[in-house]
Amino acid sequence: MNKRKSITVAVTGLNAIDNPGPGIPVIRCIKESEIFNSKIIGLAYESLEPGIFMHDLIDKTYQIPYPSAGMEVLFERIKHVNSIEKIDVIIPNFDAELYSFIKLKDRLEEIGIKTFLPTIEQFEERHKVNLNSFGDKYGIKVPASHTINSPNEFYKLPSNINFPIAVKGKYYDASIASNIEQAQQHFNKIANKWGLPIIIQEFIDGQELNVTGLGDGNGELISYVSMRKQYITDKGKAWAGVSIEDDNLKNITQNFINKTKWRGAFELEIIKKKDTNDYYLLEINPRIPAWIYLSFGVGNNIPEMLLKLCIGEKVSPSLHYKTGKMFVRYSYDMIVDIEELEQISTLGEL
Amino acid sequence: MTKLSYERPVIKKVETGMPNKFGLRTEYLPMTEIENNKVKDLVKEYGSPLFVISERLIRKNINEAKRAFTDRYPKVQFAWSYKTNYLDSVCKVFHQEGSWAEVVSGFEYDKALKNGVPGKYIIFNGPHKTDEELLKAINNDSLIHIDHLDELYSLMSIAKGCNKKAKVAIRINLDCGIYPMWDRFGFNYENGQAWDALNKIMLNDYLELMGLHCHIGTFILSPMAYSVATSKLIDLSLNLQSKYGHTISYIDLGGGFTSKNTLKGSFLQGVDTNPTINDYADAITSTLINSNIKPENLPTLILESGRALIDDTSFLIGSVIANKRLTSGKRATIIDVGVNILFTSFWYDHKITPAQPFSHFTEDTVLYGPLCMNIDVIRESINLPLLNKGDNLVISNIGAYNMTQWMQFINLRPNIVMIDLQNNVHIVRKRETSETFERSEQTPEHLNKFEL
Amino acid sequence: MKIKNSIAISNTGFIFNPVSGESFTTNQMGVEIINMLKAEMAYESIKDHIMDKYEVESTAFEKDYYDFVSLLKAYLVIELDK
Repeated sequence: MNKRKSITVAVTGLNAIDNPGPGIPVIRCIKESEIFNSKIIGLAYESLEPGIFMHDLIDKTYQIPYPSAGMEVLFERIKHVNSIEKIDVIIPNFDAELYSFIKLKDRLEEIGIKTFLPTIEQFEERHKVNLNSFGDKYGIKVPASHTINSPNEFYKLPSNINFPIAVKGKYYDASIASNIEQAQQHFNKIANKWGLPIIIQEFIDGQELNVTGLGDGNGELISYVSMRKQYITDKGKAWAGVSIEDDNLKNITQNFINKTKWRGAFELEIIKKKDTNDYYLLEINPRIPAWIYLSFGVGNNIPEMLLKLCIGEKVSPSLHYKTGKMFVRYSYDMIVDIEELEQISTLGEL
Repeated sequence: MTKLSYERPVIKKVETGMPNKFGLRTEYLPMTEIENNKVKDLVKEYGSPLFVISERLIRKNINEAKRAFTDRYPKVQFAWSYKTNYLDSVCKVFHQEGSWAEVVSGFEYDKALKNGVPGKYIIFNGPHKTDEELLKAINNDSLIHIDHLDELYSLMSIAKGCNKKAKVAIRINLDCGIYPMWDRFGFNYENGQAWDALNKIMLNDYLELMGLHCHIGTFILSPMAYSVATSKLIDLSLNLQSKYGHTISYIDLGGGFTSKNTLKGSFLQGVDTNPTINDYADAITSTLINSNIKPENLPTLILESGRALIDDTSFLIGSVIANKRLTSGKRATIIDVGVNILFTSFWYDHKITPAQPFSHFTEDTVLYGPLCMNIDVIRESINLPLLNKGDNLVISNIGAYNMTQWMQFINLRPNIVMIDLQNNVHIVRKRETSETFERSEQTPEHLNKFEL
Repeated sequence: MKIKNSIAISNTGFIFNPVSGESFTTNQMGVEIINMLKAEMAYESIKDHIMDKYEVESTAFEKDYYDFVSLLKAYLVIELDK
């Protein structure tokens, strides 16, 4: 009866905590697949990532080195894991590790591991620091933004940036400032933590909307789902959201894919401005978002399609989905024996 | 029965993050040899600490860099940046590979002459050149890169005085989108200073305008910035062409390319993310080739790359002096390499590799130098295998600036050796002795006698 | 000075302290020394045993041993003599 195709998939981002990584939702989508019979290999950075202990979802977990340890070390570790597990596909889910996985693409393929990731040019181009030129180049409306390196530069901001403004770190963190003094305070706080430069962005008041999807690398949108956040935690993460269908979002997404020829999964953070109802692109995340299980819920299993793209199968576009489907997150306590922590922390495997 | 090798006992609290421990596998290998010479043998023969330069790696780097540019652009000339490393042996390897000399002081200028570089192949940069030095440079037909108006006026009068045309270029500073913008050197492009200086030169009978020079900064992570700088220099050269019908013979883009080092505070490793020489070559040459300069007028492209060519050719071997436990519980290891000879530890997280086999167990360690000074820290935090007193370490990517900016402080400076293409070791700078200092000091007679 | 009875140490060098709830890892040398401490061996015999088996000088081992023991104390794995 089991005609499903066997596949071994390695997944990172097993930190299913209150600011969750996408790993566990990705795995749940893959497990729902009627095409694939998958063996899941977890790749964890820290010994208390909850996914490590979810044995019904993950067959075996290995610790891997932090991206800051360098690509060489990461590749050696994956080579070792591969020699035991024969990995077919890796789905990396952290922004910070993507650079390394994209650069390692060819070497991974040489040892039989496939990925389906954006090119390094796409990855760099969509960076927050480059959002303005990205918007210009592809004709996508983005909030006016400006990169600065010193708190004095607030006095010479371009005329299209008016208070209030968003003060953002290169990788993470953002605060709203309504005057120069406040902005300088945020500057110092964020610069101390995440370094320079700091991005100053026009603050746009409105409704935040999210789109996740998949590009085939040739300009075609394979699938997508739009969502409106219904409840946001104090960390700014969606706790509940509902699928919506808005032609504007669809057009922006299709335009983005057509023009950038985006390869792989993505999430667009878009804001619909209060007074004008204009849509602005705030951020492009080059990976699957943590709310991806909704894609299965509405009938477009994006991780399953991503797997097919990874192994070189043709995927016909699927752009329709059910609206009015909600996701509501909950947390769940597992009972774990200390011996399991011993295993992962002394052997790096569980 | 031979005894097993000893590793000191260690215990670590299990934190949620334990990135450096994976069962029985080690992540990286010890560095027991440099260019086929055992580290232990080098230390035995030449002492510790010890600077080791590989001639093979220097030749490899300069040839790769030359190829990166000449594959893309017909006229390319490298000039060795003396201040990056002016050991005579190092300079001469570069000169053997065809590099001119780029100097920034009278001391360096004389060094280049003494190394056998003809005056016309010396580029004289920098904000401080004395009148005598300028005269010498004029008489040797060297390329003088003017830094400021005062220098421009001195040069005019000196050249007139000796009735000889000085071959000049001006240094230009410009905004190419990087921070900080180095506007302290040269003439500014955006506010017209540079164009103003060029006009003064063109209208003077004793100055011959040879080229345009800029040097946008140091450790520049964005090749695109070079493209912007190049296009601004091209713009000036086109203006010279249309106003005076003058064709400059070269554009000098200076240096500032990165090496493989990891800047402090950067999340990913420099070796993975820093641009390669090909990235820079691409940005610069495509801007030149796609410009409106007529093909027959294309200038020679001069590059004064220092760090990118020398950093990874050199290693600093050190030894463990002691292990300590700080009050915080953190491990501290004292080594015999101090910040006075490893200046770059102020801005890089240097790669440090033990020179003997080790187990997979590591400890988060602060690495202190041997100076009795609180600032003497080589790495604030590094995961190292368990080192014992007397063990050796190899610090990589240290060829740029350390052997010129080092200072004699508390300790005397150590030997520098170069390993040649046949793996033979040569001392290229002897370790200092007390005589090194006594030679320069003089004591007034009345201070010589005292009783305690 | 002795290792608390409640402390469990595995062959892989994982130590769990059920009183404080803290976990630790130690290397092979640490496992050997803790097991000898558990067997209530005195420092002199621990040192002899290690020096017989491993390439190490007595002063070097002495320094490492007391550093290790101070950490065991700090982590409350050891009971102090009354």
